[in-house]
This record gives sequence, structure tokens and C-alpha cells, in this order.
Amino acid sequence: MATQGHTLKAFDEDLDRLRALITEMGGRAEHAIIEAMRCLSERDTDGAHQVIENDKRIDALEAETERRVIQLIALRAPMAGDLRDVVAALKISGVVERIGDYAKNIAKRVPLLEDAGKIEPLSLLPEMARIATAMVHDVLNAFVQRDAEAALRVCERDRAVDDFYDSIFRTLLTHMMENPHNIGQSAHLLFVAKNLERVGDHATNIAEMVYYAATGEHMADRVKGAEGLAR
Amino acid sequence: MTNEKQPITTNSVVPFPSTAIAAEANAPESPTDKADNLPEPEGRDRFPATAGGQPNIHPDLDTGATPKMRADHVEVFYGEKQALKGVSIEIHEDKVTAFIGPSGCGKSTFLRCLNRMNDTIVGARVTGTITLDGQDITAPQMDVVQLRARVGMVFQKPNPFPKSIYENVAYGPRIHGLASGKEELDAIVEKSLRRAGLWDEVKDRLTESGTALSGGQQQRLCIARAIAVDPEVILMDEPCSALDPIATAKIEELIHELRGRYAIAIVTHNMQQAARVSQRTAFFHLGELIEYGKTKEIFTNPREQRTQDYITGRYG
Repeated sequence: MATQGHTLKAFDEDLDRLRALITEMGGRAEHAIIEAMRCLSERDTDGAHQVIENDKRIDALEAETERRVIQLIALRAPMAGDLRDVVAALKISGVVERIGDYAKNIAKRVPLLEDAGKIEPLSLLPEMARIATAMVHDVLNAFVQRDAEAALRVCERDRAVDDFYDSIFRTLLTHMMENPHNIGQSAHLLFVAKNLERVGDHATNIAEMVYYAATGEHMADRVKGAEGLAR
Repeated sequence: MTNEKQPITTNSVVPFPSTAIAAEANAPESPTDKADNLPEPEGRDRFPATAGGQPNIHPDLDTGATPKMRADHVEVFYGEKQALKGVSIEIHEDKVTAFIGPSGCGKSTFLRCLNRMNDTIVGARVTGTITLDGQDITAPQMDVVQLRARVGMVFQKPNPFPKSIYENVAYGPRIHGLASGKEELDAIVEKSLRRAGLWDEVKDRLTESGTALSGGQQQRLCIARAIAVDPEVILMDEPCSALDPIATAKIEELIHELRGRYAIAIVTHNMQQAARVSQRTAFFHLGELIEYGKTKEIFTNPREQRTQDYITGRYG
């Protein structure tokens, strides 16, 4: 929507820095999920500890984003599209921080599963993680580029993540019923699957924020009744 | 005091004093100069004129309510130069309407049409119709003095008469015959000063000169003077631009209090001020009305690119 820079260049620099912060947070959260899943597959306990440790950096970036947003509102008095962008950045940073927490939660389960044998649903989870993190990646790009259409497309992909979850849920139930020895591991993996499903939901939430920031309209008003977003 | 009861001028056809004297005081800043200078070459390049383009009047505005004033295709020319192009807009009684836009955009020119202040500018020509309660105020038979009592005006620089505080407020009601005696006049003066939030500060020094007050007090005195003749509409042309933040806050609070009693239209360069005091905002650019809507909409979600660029500081 914005076709040109502000008369006051420092304002643009502030906004760019805010976007860069969100991008960095998103990149770290995305990487944390992928890395936690790798650790889970490879039973890499040391790597899992590193994921947990790295989450502090994401938390720090969220605090930094909040500080900058408050500063920017106080000093620049952003209006209209700028104001919507700044508020979206604040909200998105909170959501991305949650995604980081899910990565941490997955990583925490790695030591608990160290001695368990690998069961089949484990092979489905990394693919589910890839789709969910790709959604996060693309929706944050949409935010940086103020691209409402790209945000809409991200929402449509949440269905795939949900389908994965349903499928993994059923498979894990079967495993639990077949062999009670699998229940412990299956329960852990069920939580992992749930975490990944939440990552997809959060990407969808971010998409709604991006859509509002870019257009000034709520996505729900625009696509009311549209299929693929019912969930 | 005896001396001050003399009329300020012997010219009996002088319009309502606040406007007449103010017009002189503000003469150097009149739109004529701006029009001649043709400022903002940058702005002209960036936004091609939308000749024939329709202004974006938000559809959720006061549908059905009877406007206090209505402008219909108003155009203003200063000599050859067209300062205002086909502006149509409604102003409502219970709302504060803010006019914003870059210098030379026509917002002050338009404000001045609403009580025919442009009549005082040589070479100015106004076409189109403007109604007040349905009555055409542009008609030649319209009594301009009477009109300006109904549509008062407050200017950028506080311009009290070099007279006592009391006389500043009492003058209008006296020449308009609104008070039948000293007591009634005293009551009007007190009521007006109270409404302007100035009474407590000046009640013990009513005989002192109005020009001895601080800038903010002078501006509130001018507002008291405007409301003393019991107007229906108050026009404010950048009423706070010469005031410090505290005095500005007092005027803004006053605008809030006056809302509902008078229809208020305010021209301001301070967009935060427009956002703070108004319920409706109209954005002007290069003599055209670009967008008109609820203030909260204009400042969070403007529909027009030019409005967005202006209020976000990308132009202006």
C-alpha cells in the first residue's frame, strides 16, 4: 500500500529495523522447530539441550521488539497503515515467541525418549514440521512485504497440517492399542504432533494479522463463507 | 470603562467585529498569497490532479441526519487562480469536523466560505451553494453581519481588541442587541467566559486589557467573544498553532466541552490535534476534497492513497 518512503527517513529506518527483528525471530523459531524434530528423530540429546538454550534468544528478541514498538509509537506517532504494521509486529512477536516455546517443548521430550525404540509415526512428524514451519516462514515474508494475498495462501495450507495431525493421531492410537509398551512414547509423540498442529494455527493467526495490517480489513470479513478456512 | 463603551469603529456597516478585525490582522496570511505563490512543486509532481475524480466520502457517515451546513459544489477563484474545486460536504451539529491537508490545499479557503469571509478578499469569487439550516448563505440578499453572528470564527493568532476583557466579550452582544441592560450583558459576559473556561482566571480583572493576557488566555477570550453572540457554528482556523502545549490542551478540552452546543469546524496542520478533537475528518489536496469520513477511520484505515501518504508523513 505504501508507495514511497516517509519524508522523515529515520521513521523508515525504525520500521525496517522492526521488520528485521520479526524476520530474525521467525528464522530462529523456524530453525528451532526443525532442529528439535531432527534431535527427536536422531535421539540427539545434546542438540536438544542446545535448542532449549537457544530459546532464550527468541525471548530476548520478543522483549526487544516490544521495547522498539513502544519507542516507535511514542516518538513517531505512526498512523494508518504504519500504525497497523507496528501493532501487528508487536502481536506477531508474541506469537513467534510461542512457536519457539513449542520447539523447546519438543526438545524437552528428546531425553525422555532416548531409550525407546523408533515407531512408525515418527517418520511422519518431520514432514508435518516442514509444512508448519514453511507456513511460518512464508507468512513472515508476507508481513515484511505487506502482501495480503500471500497471507491468504498461507491460511489455505493449514488444512494439510491438520490432516497430518488427524492421521498421526489415529496411527498413534493404533500403536498404543497394539502394544502397551508403546504408550509412553506414543503419548509423547502425540504431544509433539499437537505442538506442530499449533504451529500451523499460529501461522494462520499471523496471516490474519498480516492481512489486517496490509489492507485495514479483517480477513474474516473478506473471506466469510470461503472454503478452506472453516477450521 | 466609560471610554470603552464607545463603538470601536464609526463605520456602521462593519461586519461582526471579531471577523472584520481578524480579517485585517490575518491579511498577510490570507489564501491569496498562497494561491499566488503556488507552493509545493513536489506535491504537484507526485500526485497528478484527479480532474473529475470523485472524493471518497465514506458511506457510513450520518446517513439520514439533517446537516447543519451543506456545501454543494463550491468553487473559489482568486483572480485567475482556482483555489477550490467542486467541494461538496456536510457538517453536522453534534460533531467536530476537522479539515486537514498540506498548505495551499484549500482547507482554510473552504472554511472561510462557510461564513463568507472570502467576501473580504479582493478578487475572490465563490460559486456553488452553501446552506445553513437549509438557507442559502451565498445569496446576495443574505445579511453577512447576521450570518457571521450565527457562524462565528476563531483565528490562528489570538486577536483580542485592544480593549478590556469585559468589552471584548460584551461588544458583540451589544451591537447585536442581545442584552437589554447592564445586568443582562454582565450575565452574557460571565456565561461566555465560563464556557470558554476563562472566567476563574479573569473574573477579578475584567477591566484589564485583553491584550495583557497570555496567548492561551487570549485565544480563549476570542472563543468567549465568538460564543457571546450565541452562534450555531464555530469555525476555527488553526486555533492552537501559536500556543504552547498546555494552552493547546486547554483549547482542545474546550472544544470537547463546546461540542453538542455548537457545530464546530476546525482547520489544523497538527494531525494529532485533528485526531484528538474531531469526530469527522476531511482531507483536502490541491483544492479538492479527497476523502471525508469518521476520524477514527481516516486515521486508522484511510481509503485513499493520498490521504494515507499525508497522514503517515510520506508527503507534506
